[in-house]
Amino acid sequence: MGRKLLTENINVPGIQSLDVYRKHGGYDGLKKALGMSPDAIVEEVKKSGLRGRGGAGFPTGMKWSFLAKPDGVPRHLVCNADESEPGTFKDRYMMERIPHLLIEGMAIGSFALGANTSYIYIRGELLYVFHILQKAIDEAYAAGLLGKNIMGSGFDFDLHVHCGAGAYICGEETALIESLEGKRGNPRIKPPFPAIQGLWQRPTVVNNVESVMAVVPIVKMGGDEYAKIGVGKSTGTKLISACGHINKPGVYEIELGIPVEEFIYSDEYCGGIRNGKDLKAVVAGGSSVPILPKDLILKLANGEPRLMTYESLSDGGFITGTMLGSGGFIVMDEDTSVVKNLYTFSRFYHHESCGQCSPCREGTGWMEKVLHKILDGHGTLEDVDLLWDIQSKIEGKTICPLGEAAAWPVASAIRHFRSEFEEYVKNPSSIKKDNHYYRLNNISPEVA
Amino acid sequence: MPKVTIDGHSIEVPEGTTILQAARMIGGDIVPPAMCYYSKLKTSGGYCRTCIVKVTKGSEKDPRPMPKPVASCRTTVMDGMEVQNTTAPDLLEARKGVVEFLLLNHPLDCPVCDQAGECHLQDLSYQHGLAKSRYEFKRREFEKIDIGENIKLHMTRCILCYRCVKVADQVCDSRVHGVINRGDVAEISTYIEKSLDSDFSGNVIDVCPVGALTDRTFRFKSRVWFTNPMNAHRNCTKCSGKTVLWTSGDDVLRVSARKDVHGEVEEWICNECRFEKKEKSDWTIEGPRHIDRKSVISANHYEVKKQLKIDVSNQKSIDERAHNN
Repeated sequence: MGRKLLTENINVPGIQSLDVYRKHGGYDGLKKALGMSPDAIVEEVKKSGLRGRGGAGFPTGMKWSFLAKPDGVPRHLVCNADESEPGTFKDRYMMERIPHLLIEGMAIGSFALGANTSYIYIRGELLYVFHILQKAIDEAYAAGLLGKNIMGSGFDFDLHVHCGAGAYICGEETALIESLEGKRGNPRIKPPFPAIQGLWQRPTVVNNVESVMAVVPIVKMGGDEYAKIGVGKSTGTKLISACGHINKPGVYEIELGIPVEEFIYSDEYCGGIRNGKDLKAVVAGGSSVPILPKDLILKLANGEPRLMTYESLSDGGFITGTMLGSGGFIVMDEDTSVVKNLYTFSRFYHHESCGQCSPCREGTGWMEKVLHKILDGHGTLEDVDLLWDIQSKIEGKTICPLGEAAAWPVASAIRHFRSEFEEYVKNPSSIKKDNHYYRLNNISPEVA
Repeated sequence: MPKVTIDGHSIEVPEGTTILQAARMIGGDIVPPAMCYYSKLKTSGGYCRTCIVKVTKGSEKDPRPMPKPVASCRTTVMDGMEVQNTTAPDLLEARKGVVEFLLLNHPLDCPVCDQAGECHLQDLSYQHGLAKSRYEFKRREFEKIDIGENIKLHMTRCILCYRCVKVADQVCDSRVHGVINRGDVAEISTYIEKSLDSDFSGNVIDVCPVGALTDRTFRFKSRVWFTNPMNAHRNCTKCSGKTVLWTSGDDVLRVSARKDVHGEVEEWICNECRFEKKEKSDWTIEGPRHIDRKSVISANHYEVKKQLKIDVSNQKSIDERAHNN
């Protein structure tokens, strides 16, 4: 059994309420933090080696220490709860089950950064979680854990939760800031980075929900102790939301460093592929990271077992590797069509492109249409090359990482599963007319 | 002052200059094309991605190259920075890709478009584009909208450069139009087709790099290369009154602001000058407007050349050289 730091008390009945949460050691971390100096907390987080859990994996302690601190200008901590990556549902699960952990993390983080007003930006579709969070915040205000002079420490702290309107792009930190300011959620052009000019042109740190929550155990146990969990630069525990063709889909807290094979096949986690089927491919970190076939996800290119760490998963670059990303672990069995799956992803990115810069605005739609054509049985071999060319012209040319997020799945699917595309092109009758096909063409199976 | 090297040409520029501005100071072929950047509009640029360049050396302090191509219009130069534009074949390939994306949903209705001849997208696609489109699907279409009495919005042609939104933000009193929707159906629009109502709203026509915003008083009157552009001015209480009249015989077909070599207006003009003063008697005509010889508008166009001063001593030496050869 791996250690559980975030999900330890998640199944305690009534943990959503403040009383039960406090009985199980809740807000002890905040109490301890308020007795420390802000710089000491940042130092602990640095020592812990905690890396951003939203996808990019940037060290949180470093991010905090980069925050500009000009005199007389307020600073902000913003929690990015706009979790909309297909395949990722860990933040929703945590906020729904144990909202006070996020509030405690926000209070500690804001104290460490000297931010008196902080925000949680939650995705519009998660309206019911918004109400849960709001209720928890109201409870915390009533108990003096938020507001003026929290826990008698002399630190004033206000926490607001803001509901977005349901746009994937608002998970990008500068688009999130724009949206929080009440503007159209378009990513800003960097530099200036949010650490210098963020929310309302003030220094701002934007952190993922899980990163903010992880600060609580770090403060409680100390950074050094936290760093002992994990392998190398991947320290601590990570929430993985496993889904797809596995026996036990769900959110699992793992100690970073367990083998991928163990994660998929052990009964503690995914419990193997359902119906006794064989594994075909895995998207390891949310829809935007490259897909890997069975032989590459279980083993590195040199034959060593692949581990659930930032380094091991990205071993070999994108030729033979992928990314840990946000931890959306999508498993596909032998019957899955990679091309159909790719079409679904491409349709998503086409729908969610903000339309600000041209490669992403035009390219995502083009890729979707070419894939649609192939799945419709009208594809040619040139179309596969065309797809490759389009993705290479989007990647790295856009303002924000959505361009890459749209390009990587296409690139990796063609790189590892080219034969499947070619089979569809050469032999259109091999395309199974399943529900996916009918949905694609807007016809009901009965009519067909 | 930071020193920057672009395609082997070095220049010292003031602090805060962008790579594109530095390239324009050097001039010539190394200037990256810009479809959305407009030096007179703050925070413009960064959207179209045609001006991308490759930074092979970040600065003297941190010589690492930048991992991705950067938008030269929004990246400030650092001391010792080295930039590649036309000398990097992979970058030119990437730019070709951007041009293809810009043209993807563009209707290519140049034969009936009023902007033809002075369209930046046309120039760009001649310079960097492919001869044939690889796009084989239906292009997106929008309804034409009248924004006020004098401006026509033809959204199908738009490349979403945001310049007109910035004009409305920064030049007009209040902005009533903006971008609605997202992705490839994002469009410039006024809410409930509310008219653009400001004395300077006509400037959105001049900043539009394509034919998406056109002058309704000029629509379908004439091809622009059949007109004679003349510099003219009048005493105007609202603006400088310095304009270009696009004339045909005694008729003033169109009035526009004066544009510099980069296609950017020199001074904003008001709607009264632009739309209402359509008689030659309203104006003091200064003389023909200089048009770049490369432009199609310079066809049928005359210009009084400055009188040549012949340097006799120099002439002699040329003669001698000719003789020696």
